[in-house]
Amino acid sequence: MSNANTNTSKKTDEVAIQLNGVHKWYGQFHVLKDINLTVQRGERIVICGPSGSGKSTLIRCINRLEEHQQGDIIVDNIELTGNLKHIDAIRREVGMCFQHFNLFPHLTVLENCTLAPIWVRKMPKKEAEEIAMEYLERVKIPDQALKYPGQLSGGQQQRVAIARSLCMNPRIMLFDEPTSALDPEMIAEVLDTMIELAQTGMTMICVTHEMGFARKVADRVIFMDGGEIIEENEPEQFFNNPQSERTQKFLSQILAH
Amino acid sequence: MSLTEQQYAPGEHPDLPAPLGEAGLIAWFKKRLFSSVGNTILTILALYFLYDVLSTVIFWTLIGATFVGETKADCTLGGACWLVIGDRFHQFMYGLYPKSEYWRPNVTFVLMIVAIIPVLFDKIPHRGKFLLFSTLFPFIAFFLLSGGLGMETVDSSDWGGLLLTLVLGVTGIVASFPIGIVLALGRRSKMPIVRVLCVCFIEFVRGVPLITILFMASNMLPLFLPEGVNFDKLLRALIGVALFSSAYMAEVIRGGLQAIPKGQFEGADAMGLSYWQSMRLIILPQALRIVIPGIVNTFIGLYKDTTLVSIIGLFDLIGIGQVAVADVKWRGLAPETYVFIALLFFISCFSMSRYSLWLENKLHTGHKR
Repeated sequence: MSNANTNTSKKTDEVAIQLNGVHKWYGQFHVLKDINLTVQRGERIVICGPSGSGKSTLIRCINRLEEHQQGDIIVDNIELTGNLKHIDAIRREVGMCFQHFNLFPHLTVLENCTLAPIWVRKMPKKEAEEIAMEYLERVKIPDQALKYPGQLSGGQQQRVAIARSLCMNPRIMLFDEPTSALDPEMIAEVLDTMIELAQTGMTMICVTHEMGFARKVADRVIFMDGGEIIEENEPEQFFNNPQSERTQKFLSQILAH
Repeated sequence: MSLTEQQYAPGEHPDLPAPLGEAGLIAWFKKRLFSSVGNTILTILALYFLYDVLSTVIFWTLIGATFVGETKADCTLGGACWLVIGDRFHQFMYGLYPKSEYWRPNVTFVLMIVAIIPVLFDKIPHRGKFLLFSTLFPFIAFFLLSGGLGMETVDSSDWGGLLLTLVLGVTGIVASFPIGIVLALGRRSKMPIVRVLCVCFIEFVRGVPLITILFMASNMLPLFLPEGVNFDKLLRALIGVALFSSAYMAEVIRGGLQAIPKGQFEGADAMGLSYWQSMRLIILPQALRIVIPGIVNTFIGLYKDTTLVSIIGLFDLIGIGQVAVADVKWRGLAPETYVFIALLFFISCFSMSRYSLWLENKLHTGHKR
């Protein structure tokens, strides 16, 4: 297949994230049902599924933006409980990019990038700025460093958001539909950035509908529906030979165009 | 020229000036004031009305007013008799503060300006050092005004006039802002006890008139305190005013907090910032910017509400004004007195309002919500 995974995987045997029997409810609504998932260090995972299937909730549980009510989540050998110290420790190691970027509009691009290193990592300002410029160069917008997010295009903002997360030197990156809010012409620049990031061996979990991206970089594709993991497989198997009926239906719908 | 034929090649069209009569001063007048017979009549009527009112006002305040003289009998021109202001000027400024010590309020006033400037403007050289002074200023001001350590002590009941108004207004503003922020955050807290306490405080204070709080502070509080413990009346009024406006401030700031999208909280959380860090660095700067008009509104309201202390026997500008009006020597000069007081208030309040506009523009970073 020409579309097959072209990047050599940097996957290792070390476990980065482990979810055992995770359940979550919003009031009476059972959003996550018995999620079991192990992510190796260096592994790239794409989660897809129809809207409302719980995929965003799942990755938001990994850095405790959402609280799970049952089961264990272990990130980077730290168990995620109500313990604030554990939560802070995990958030320091886990970067996240959001659908709507969530850049801080009152700070410049550079300040957005240096904020967490300075305040959370207690890094000297000058060092933080050097690191930030390095990452802004990597996402190809060093010349925008002194502008405010509101002055940038959506694609540029999302690349800043990626750079901002990377400035914390995270071991794991979570992407929550990073391209869903973008104009079509800007999706490519963000995906290119993510592909480059994948090549560095970063552990990544991406919730996305970009199936081309999934084919190219994912080690594993997970299909969720109704709060359950329906199917998980290597991208080639997943796309060419989906096992469950629901996966087949979903794929035929999104690949129809 | 046919439709397909263009004067300029595509992409080369220059910006042309607007047609005559569409822009400029004359066009503006013509369009808005004299566009039809009816509008012309309205314009002329309005001009006549304006002339009528303004000429009376100008006559009373300036042309027909008396500025030089000794007693009320010198005011013969039919306009305002400003002599009362000149005669009692020191009282309007300092109240009953001893004459020999006037330099102390004067120095305090100058220091206050030095202390406020670095707070209001951020492009000041050595701002950090000036800010340090700003934090020390309240103590210096208190020491200067009330005396002690070799300086003659001046009882706060002798403070009055503009001095007292400024002490009340500035202290109220400076105290109510941080208290308001804490109350607003508390009201949105996930901790039930904190939330309930803040809600109770805000709702109680907002539910009663300031005047009752001042009466309670001046009359009821001493009844509850153990005998012999009696603290300053001015201090009690100050606490009352500050707590009162902090409740309003809290609600204004809460409005700003509610306008911040959830994503900003999540963005801050995901980066590992602590609660106080994310509030201080991410949420509050944005929330406060949104509610600058509301905050300044509350400040102006508070500043003017300080006049209510005249009812509990403090001689602020209004209190001193009432004394002046009651003076036999200047009987019947209430309009002059109150116009002067109004002018003093207007200057302060208008400056606050202009500053807030300037600040809003400065903090606008081009982001849309």
